Amino acid sequence: MPPVTFNIWRGGAEGGEFKEYRTEVTEGMVVLDAVHQIQAESANDLAVRWNCKAGKCGSCSAEINGKPRLMCMTRMSDLPVNQPVRIEPMQAFPSIKDLVTDVSWNFEVKKRLKRFKPRKPDAPDGSWRFAQADTDRVQEFRKCIECFLCQDVCHVLRDHHKHEEFIGPRFFVYSAALEMHPLDEEDRLEDLKRANGIGYCNITKCCTKVCPEHITITDNAIIPLKERVVDRFYDPVRMLLRVIGG
Amino acid sequence: MSSIQLFRPRAFGETSRRDIWWIQPLAVFLGFSAFIVYSTWAAFQNAHYTFGPYLSPFYSPEIFGDSHHALFGPKPGWWPGWLPFSPAFLILWAPAGFRFTCYYYRGAYYKAFWADPPNCAVGEPRKSYWGENSFPLIMQNIHRYFFYLAFAFIVILAYDAWKGMWFEDPATGATSFGIGIGTLVLIVNVLLLGSYTLGCHSLRHLVGGRFDHLSARPGRMKAYHCVSCLNRKHMLWAWLSLFWVGFTDVYVRLCSMGIWTDWRIL
Repeated sequence: MPPVTFNIWRGGAEGGEFKEYRTEVTEGMVVLDAVHQIQAESANDLAVRWNCKAGKCGSCSAEINGKPRLMCMTRMSDLPVNQPVRIEPMQAFPSIKDLVTDVSWNFEVKKRLKRFKPRKPDAPDGSWRFAQADTDRVQEFRKCIECFLCQDVCHVLRDHHKHEEFIGPRFFVYSAALEMHPLDEEDRLEDLKRANGIGYCNITKCCTKVCPEHITITDNAIIPLKERVVDRFYDPVRMLLRVIGG
Repeated sequence: MSSIQLFRPRAFGETSRRDIWWIQPLAVFLGFSAFIVYSTWAAFQNAHYTFGPYLSPFYSPEIFGDSHHALFGPKPGWWPGWLPFSPAFLILWAPAGFRFTCYYYRGAYYKAFWADPPNCAVGEPRKSYWGENSFPLIMQNIHRYFFYLAFAFIVILAYDAWKGMWFEDPATGATSFGIGIGTLVLIVNVLLLGSYTLGCHSLRHLVGGRFDHLSARPGRMKAYHCVSCLNRKHMLWAWLSLFWVGFTDVYVRLCSMGIWTDWRIL
């Protein structure tokens, strides 16, 4: 197989540029393999974050030919190699160096979200009882590997930089996992509407499209949360019933 | 929380994507535009909306009008003379509102008509953004009320399909059971609209999604799973039903104009 050309972003917070590299691609290689090979052959100082190489740690998130993807799960055979393969860091977060971005904003967001608050234990031994059917829905959300590709592709963060007012798809999934849990008694709807900015989501479904764990983020997490917010704040009949019902 | 320094801003349409990213929003733009133009034209016609037992879904229910389907007779006297009249004007706002506030359509037309964003990971034309957080788009939260109306329309259109099976003999005036191509068109129309309407995200929430303990409500759990099943293909049902409701009007219109013949099967 002839060498493949890669255009890889080199630079940091102050700026940078795409640099061209060429390397041999063999059968079965993923993009991360090619980046490692370039690192070994011609760019020893190329910064790239990675860990498991199995699509489970969420470390090697980047944009490959403009699409947010995990480098370790993107096969070279699925990319057109008749033109340069473009690799750049995620756009919604500050650049540290080359392909590495500072995703610490996400951890700060998570700290301010309300925690899991289970009801009192059902049994004297401190354990709970609930049906599997009631947790089926939230188990999908627990597949999240926190790669933050959904945050990266969300235009509210990526283009409009609403990091102060909007927590992004990842944390709506997290909130849905807690809010819909059969044991949880915490009330997050006020936060979802005001501090977390769920109204900013305009349902483009880009987050769902890039999720490497195939979590149906928009349909199963964000829209159901939006509907719960509607129940509380926008549905006049429900509001009236709540007033009457006390 | 301190603000964060971002990578670099992108201009409108700027992207590193290599695929033909603009084809999807363009197709949506053309599809929706074609339907809006046709349905508006058809609503203004106030003619050729019935043929035999068939009534165009754009005019059903015919609250006031000149055909034998009209519930309360012809155009009311209080209708302002300067205002054009069509039975379609009285009802089309309801299904239009249902589609306009539908979660699928919202995402689709924000991209196709407002480039917000033009497509995933493609630069936008505007810097300001309010989303559905403030007026006017905060009004999208009224969707469930349009669902209630849309559901009533499904019942009415099902009744229209039933009436489309009873043909009047022009000689004797007697009605008898029959099935024409138009009957099938009306039946498919109600099936597709039903599949779209009953897969609504708001309905999914109302029947069961709002409960965390669905296992304690077996009936609701079943309903939730049924709605979820339709909801998984909501986009498909949205497009099929949109196309077919337009085609149903075309069918009735062309039969009424004598351009198409409604072949009887039974």
